[in-house]
Amino acid sequence: MSTVSRHGLVGMIQALWLYRKFVFSMVGREFRGRYFGSLLGVFWAVLTPLATILIYLVIFAAVLGAKLPGGRGDTLSYGLFLCTGILSWTYFLETVSKCQTVFLEYANLLKKMSFPRITLPVIVLLSATLNFALIAALFLGILLILGRFPGPAILGFLPLLLIQQGLAIGLGILLGTLHVFFRDIGQIWTVVVNLWFWVTPIVYDIEIVKSDLAQRLIGLNPLTALFLSYQRIVIHGSWPTWQDLEYPLITALLLLTVGLFTFRRLSPEMVDEL
Amino acid sequence: MTDSIASAGSVNVYQLGKKYKRYRSHWSRLLEWMSWGHLQTHEELWALQGVSFSVAPGEAIGIVGQNGAGKSTLLKLLVGTTRPSQGYFEIDGDVAALLELGMGFHPEFTGEQNALMSLQMMGRSRREAIDLLVEIAEFSELEEFLTQPLRTYSSGMQVRLGFAVATAKRPDLLIVDEALSVGDAYFQHKCIRRIREFKNRGTAMLFVSHDPAAVKSLCDRALLLDGGVLVREGSAEAILDYYNGMIAQREKDHGPEQTSLGGRRLQTRSGDGKAIILEVRMVDPSGRQVTSFTTGESAAIVCRIQFVEDLAEYTVGFLIRDRLGNEVFGANTSFLDVPVPPGRADREVEVSFNLDLNLGYGHYTLTVAVHAPAGHMEHNHDWIDNVLSFQVIPGDTYRFAGVANLPVRVEIKDSR
Repeated sequence: MSTVSRHGLVGMIQALWLYRKFVFSMVGREFRGRYFGSLLGVFWAVLTPLATILIYLVIFAAVLGAKLPGGRGDTLSYGLFLCTGILSWTYFLETVSKCQTVFLEYANLLKKMSFPRITLPVIVLLSATLNFALIAALFLGILLILGRFPGPAILGFLPLLLIQQGLAIGLGILLGTLHVFFRDIGQIWTVVVNLWFWVTPIVYDIEIVKSDLAQRLIGLNPLTALFLSYQRIVIHGSWPTWQDLEYPLITALLLLTVGLFTFRRLSPEMVDEL
Repeated sequence: MTDSIASAGSVNVYQLGKKYKRYRSHWSRLLEWMSWGHLQTHEELWALQGVSFSVAPGEAIGIVGQNGAGKSTLLKLLVGTTRPSQGYFEIDGDVAALLELGMGFHPEFTGEQNALMSLQMMGRSRREAIDLLVEIAEFSELEEFLTQPLRTYSSGMQVRLGFAVATAKRPDLLIVDEALSVGDAYFQHKCIRRIREFKNRGTAMLFVSHDPAAVKSLCDRALLLDGGVLVREGSAEAILDYYNGMIAQREKDHGPEQTSLGGRRLQTRSGDGKAIILEVRMVDPSGRQVTSFTTGESAAIVCRIQFVEDLAEYTVGFLIRDRLGNEVFGANTSFLDVPVPPGRADREVEVSFNLDLNLGYGHYTLTVAVHAPAGHMEHNHDWIDNVLSFQVIPGDTYRFAGVANLPVRVEIKDSR
């Protein structure tokens, strides 16, 4: 343990590398800790998302017979459309929401022990990624079984998710840091999340939006282009249009910069406020 | 384990200070942030200011002071959970902090898993942590419980695990904050033994405690913090006596005075001066003033007191301490339920405590005081620590070990 306080981005990365084992252990602990006391244990990690996926597919495809607007695609398409959006949104939401409270949650530890604080949001990011990886694997399996596997374009998900999680962690660190000083952040976030969900084309096709204001809001949302691309990959098996990703990418980089800057600036004072 | 680096375990603290920002409300903080530093709405609150000291390897330093004196802030800075606003410090080597035992333990994981996690959080590698588990199991005496979830542990067992984990490897600096006042007596002794052993092998130690006996018996030196400033530094005994005087004196204008009695011994005197102890002497049964008694010998502690003001009620008391400063025996006229004549200004009284010195062999010191009956903290008239010292030597009684000669009868049953 060194007493030299590390500053700057390089310092943060060094600290993370030094504490990588700790980070991985915490992720594992988080994962297992979720299922303690249950009979099926870790199986729930697979069972719950499986049930969610099946419910969407069965209800929307088999029961309601819902189709995408304009009668495009078959009845299964809307179910798959929905799953794609909701699973990705859950990943995004879990990351931001947990980051936003992580410093408060670990307040006691931060006050008593000396370890790099930047490990906390990284633990959140990695455990959300682990959860998502399991769900994504299940979803891909179902796509294969249904004969709807999109082919090589599926790889397009990787850069898209990278941008999405860049946004998530940037925003998460920013909100998490500010939350320590202003407890209002938690309340504001609850409201914002609600709005954000509806200005992201997750449950509806963007084609059906007629209102000018709504269209503008959806256009401003950096997640829009990402979610449209996800759906295009899953439904049509087509690669993302890279120009569309400029806006989300720039927003992600901006949020990361602002988030890390704020964190760096305020983290020395953080413990004094907890 | 080799202690290769000679300087490992030394601490140097230079002008260390910590400033907290106090905002009147969260709105004023927002205002300050919005103005981008052009507007300052916070007040600065120095919890610690300009503190400098150093600790040599193997040296134990006690930190004493009242609540809010800055003790915790100092420890937090050294542990690294908060950053200094002023000054800096250097610590050579590993730091282990016993601020709160069992920090970060998760109730659903086994003792072993929690121990591994904690060790990694302290920056140990996984392999190193696994190697240390054997040692932890041994010291905590939790052996078979280690594979059980932590929620099945008693609080004492959690403390044992916490201490064993925190001290699994000898640190170069050990920071202890009142953590030892937990657990049963057996384990407390075990902990203290381990701390002593660390110290002997070169671990420097910082020890915050409100228990004067613990500080005196563990620490070589002590620092007295008051209002965030280091007011005094010296031998543990002298600092604690001064500190006791300071508490008693809190509402008075002048601080307690200390006079050196030669060597490392100090006499501390404090009080509001409404009564003054003119003379204290210890005499043998024939009335001769002596400084050496045989075990069990009758002695009298004679105190001559002069009143400066009229005092309707007061108490005269004495306290015998051993060489380490541990309290051996003390009594006063209130405890003994002896009525005292009302004190008249410019008059004197002489109080004699007659007792048999059933003490073990060794050196002892005597403290005497005149204070209000309710308790000396509120109205301390005159209090002299270390007013004199005396020796107890073997007499014609049986031999015994320890500090007290308790009446003892032996019965032996020979079963044939």
